[in-house]
Amino acid sequence: MRRSREPFLWALFSSGGMLAAMVLPVAIFMLWVAAPLGWIPLPSYAGLRAALAHPVVRLGLFGVVSLSLFHWAHRFRYTLYDGLQLYHLNKLIAVLTYGTAAALTLVAAYVFGSAG
Amino acid sequence: MKSGYTPYHPKWYRSRIPIFWWLRKPAYARFIVRELTSVPVAYAALLVLVEAGVVTRGPAAYAAFVTWLQQPMVVGLHVAVLVGAALHTITWLNLAPKALVVRAAGHRLPSAIVLAAHWAGWVAVTGLVGWLISRLP
Repeated sequence: MRRSREPFLWALFSSGGMLAAMVLPVAIFMLWVAAPLGWIPLPSYAGLRAALAHPVVRLGLFGVVSLSLFHWAHRFRYTLYDGLQLYHLNKLIAVLTYGTAAALTLVAAYVFGSAG
Repeated sequence: MKSGYTPYHPKWYRSRIPIFWWLRKPAYARFIVRELTSVPVAYAALLVLVEAGVVTRGPAAYAAFVTWLQQPMVVGLHVAVLVGAALHTITWLNLAPKALVVRAAGHRLPSAIVLAAHWAGWVAVTGLVGWLISRLP
């Protein structure tokens, strides 16, 4: 990884971290804890379909998914690098982490591009 | 950061650091836990993607997804993911005053104000997203 890419990757890490910090706890709690337990009504298929038909919703969800994944890639890369002392695998780890985030970003672009 | 291969050099002394160095002090362990909150964050992002894909595929796929969501083991997993994401939010927003130096009228804005602004933003976004989700029919 060349040094010049570092600020760009850090910007992805930072914006993803902020977005995830803001929107994920409430979404996880409501959609995947409270609703399955019956504390609040589960969103209906028609409701989610109608929400996904909205381009702004799709764009917002795409941003949350992609930037959160790049946030993970950056943090996980350095956790492996520093935490497990895998200095000799630096390049491979970078390719695997950022590569995973980039590949899933393409999947997300396909899903949210065709969900309308 | 140097990533290339360093040739053997007998005059250098480098003490070897054990793999679990971060278990030596609570502060080190907290640092690693903070970094690992990125794993539940990535999981939640993936689940958003999966749910959108499932809804795109049709009502039957969504019904099967809901059945999966309601399994006790899965709810337990998602409670753990929620704890991880909440830990991410707390550590992230509490670091904001250190990461972001705001200058106003030639003075540095006190970190308490930067911190309060971030948490106020979190309350607003959480309220907005929660309101939007609760309005889903």
